[in-house]
Amino acid sequence: MSATGEALARSAEIPLSLRGPAPTRSVAGFGFWLFLLSDIVIFAALFATYAVLSGETAGGPTGAMLFEKRHVFIETACLLASSVTCGFGSLAVQRADTPSVYFWMMLTFVLGAVFLGLEGSEFGGLLAAGAGPTRSAFLSAFFTLVGTHGLHVSIGLAWLIVMLLQVATLGFQPMVGRRFFCFALFWHVLDIVWIGVFTIVYLGAH
Amino acid sequence: MFGRLTWAAIPFDVPIVMWVSAVVGAGILAILLLVTVKGWWPYLWREWITSVDHKRIGAMYMILALVMLVRGFSDAIMMRSQLALAAGGAPGYLPPEHYDQIFSAHGTIMIFFVAMPFVVGLMNFAVPLQLGVRDVAFPVLNSVSFWLTAAGVLLVNLSLFVGEFARTGWLAYPPLSEIAYSPGVGVDYYLWSLQISGFGTLLSGINLTTTILKLRARGMGYSRMPVFCWTALASNLLIVAAFPILTATFAMLLLDRYCGFHFFTNDLGGNPMMYVNLIWIWGHPEVYILVLPAFGVFSEVVATFAGKPLFGYRSMVMATMAICVLSFMVWLHHFFTMGAGADVNAFFGVATMIIAVPTGVKIFNWLFTLYGGRIHFTVPIYWTLGFMVTFVFGGMTGVLMALPPVDFILHNSLFLVAHFHNTAIAGVVFGVMAGYSYWFPKAFGFKLNERIGKAIFWCWFFGFYLAFVPLYVLGLMGATRRMQHYPDVHWQPLMLVALGGAVLIFTGIILTVVQLVVSIRARDRNRDLTGDPWNGRTLEWSIPSPPPAWNFTLLPEVERTDAFWAAKQSAAGQQRNAAATPQPYTSLQVPKNNPTGIFTAVCAVVLGFALIWHIWWLAVLGLLGSIAVLLMQAWRTDTEVVIPAEEIARFEREYALKRTLA
Repeated sequence: MSATGEALARSAEIPLSLRGPAPTRSVAGFGFWLFLLSDIVIFAALFATYAVLSGETAGGPTGAMLFEKRHVFIETACLLASSVTCGFGSLAVQRADTPSVYFWMMLTFVLGAVFLGLEGSEFGGLLAAGAGPTRSAFLSAFFTLVGTHGLHVSIGLAWLIVMLLQVATLGFQPMVGRRFFCFALFWHVLDIVWIGVFTIVYLGAH
Repeated sequence: MFGRLTWAAIPFDVPIVMWVSAVVGAGILAILLLVTVKGWWPYLWREWITSVDHKRIGAMYMILALVMLVRGFSDAIMMRSQLALAAGGAPGYLPPEHYDQIFSAHGTIMIFFVAMPFVVGLMNFAVPLQLGVRDVAFPVLNSVSFWLTAAGVLLVNLSLFVGEFARTGWLAYPPLSEIAYSPGVGVDYYLWSLQISGFGTLLSGINLTTTILKLRARGMGYSRMPVFCWTALASNLLIVAAFPILTATFAMLLLDRYCGFHFFTNDLGGNPMMYVNLIWIWGHPEVYILVLPAFGVFSEVVATFAGKPLFGYRSMVMATMAICVLSFMVWLHHFFTMGAGADVNAFFGVATMIIAVPTGVKIFNWLFTLYGGRIHFTVPIYWTLGFMVTFVFGGMTGVLMALPPVDFILHNSLFLVAHFHNTAIAGVVFGVMAGYSYWFPKAFGFKLNERIGKAIFWCWFFGFYLAFVPLYVLGLMGATRRMQHYPDVHWQPLMLVALGGAVLIFTGIILTVVQLVVSIRARDRNRDLTGDPWNGRTLEWSIPSPPPAWNFTLLPEVERTDAFWAAKQSAAGQQRNAAATPQPYTSLQVPKNNPTGIFTAVCAVVLGFALIWHIWWLAVLGLLGSIAVLLMQAWRTDTEVVIPAEEIARFEREYALKRTLA
């Protein structure tokens, strides 16, 4: 057993909470997790609002009349697939394998962009049909919940471009690695939120 | 070009506002001139504005809060004097539309821009020192948080001179706050300043939670953390869980106002009570966000000045965390009158009574800590004793109103106003003042004047009773809150007493400034050379006052609670002598100054102002500016600066010398 191995074994005997300040990577990841939790609370408030207002159509169209499940299914497939590619990209970041990082992360970007495009076309169709957010409380809640998720995806895409530029200019410094780690967390959380949207908004439409 | 902004936005026809504007403007100009003439800008920029040192940021939060306390209190004095005059048929001197802005601004400012920065400032300053670490988890983010709060402050103060403030009360209930009934910029000022500062608070909550959970001295397990750190943990967890709800709720109201959505409108299916529910799901935890750190301060103060370990450390921690969880289960007691039905009201009534239990546990713990102790009657212990008496009184009126039938009678009465001031002043203000005088020598290296400190306490203590006991009585007599005038002249004597109380509190606030000036002038006589002026128990007292930028030259190791006390007992001064002998000091890295915070705040003010006045091009500019600042930060690689070992050794030698002289 090497010297570091012995040191590790020794430190494992001390409970985690007594070991002193945690390493930067773990601190950064934990802080970002807390941020994501707070983001999830924002979505929780929007979901609650949607649940209360989803029946308040004010004589206008209901969800069942408006939503095309096939369209949403393709959207969902794109976003879930982008989480898988993001996962492969994260593994490539750990290996500092630049070509793979570019490949998987670009693929992630394309899938995210397709998702956004599909969401945009759905929103455009609703607006054209006179079912915009000002039509009823239900539609206000729908556009805000789904739109906030879409805004997050857009921010994620912008972030991804910044990260690829960082790899190009700064290489795989620890700082860049930490940020990629946070990006991946962010991207996966958007998937989790979308599963909620898909289930409650689209499958639960009445 | 300038959206809704025209010359008509400046209230030339309101002499009070114009005079205040002139005086404040002249004051700001004079300060800027003084700083420029004296050549202090480089110093301010280097040591304060771009500083990412948690101690400096904490101090800036406190200064911001003190300034805003004066602003918020002048609103209070205006309200009290209006009500002292406007009895019978008398109109008083404040027209209703102005009076409405004043009570809205008073509540908003006191909660968001006085109490919050005070509490966040104390936590920022003390938590890393108590944990035995060199800074918070994310120092640059900390600076961003502070400057976003300052941006919110600037916007809220601008509303006084440019445009108007909300006339909706401090929580801006719809439908009144909707565009149909509040078409002016007042509600927009309210919403954007709170969105901006609220985001700052959220970031600060994430930062401090991460600090407490991930960065503690070696050996400082959770059961060895100082109680102030525990209460700070609870408070910051609540910030992370509750502030996003505020952000989401305000975002929905903004969509209603700016884009014609129908979340809370009266028509097309909107539901105003949704807003009231959501805002109080944030609002009740907010109460505990403010008061829990104050409880932490009292816990430190009683243990220190009774010279005993805190009674019932574990039960104190359990009570804190119980309050943390329960605080999310009582929000509906703010509107029993909504008509949710007997079952729902009963649930929230019972939950409200239950949440009083852990607070009661704390009161007994403090009492038993004091019991049998040799108490040093310093200023912090004055505030603590005043708190214990007054807060129990306020807590009991709260439990009284937890009964829905009683609440139906007292809802929105001055009784309620008296109750929440009873808890907010006795809990939060007394706690903050105790913490301020307790940690001031640590922050600046000299003690505050004790005599004036005690005078400040008595002003607040008697001022509180004079100002608010009459409001309890008036509330029972039927006086409602937010009332600009009243027909019954029999209420006037009580209103006059309340005004007297407010004037007494105001004297206390003026004395706080006097105390600061007197103490700074006499600082050479009141130096804290040892770093341990109170015979303290926790790690912040084991280092010099003021602490160096790196806090701890040698990172401490902890074996039990009250780590510093234990070290003092076991080593019996050995350790202190050991520190005086030369040590093989190594160079340290500390985070470098960073202007990201102030730049972000400038962009946020531009963005907020543009959105309030519908100046869309400027809003785009503000947004692009903040993105540019973010990208600049993303490409910054030289984030740390090295402090050479010689400098640390020199600092330690000087400290050892000073201690021997003391």
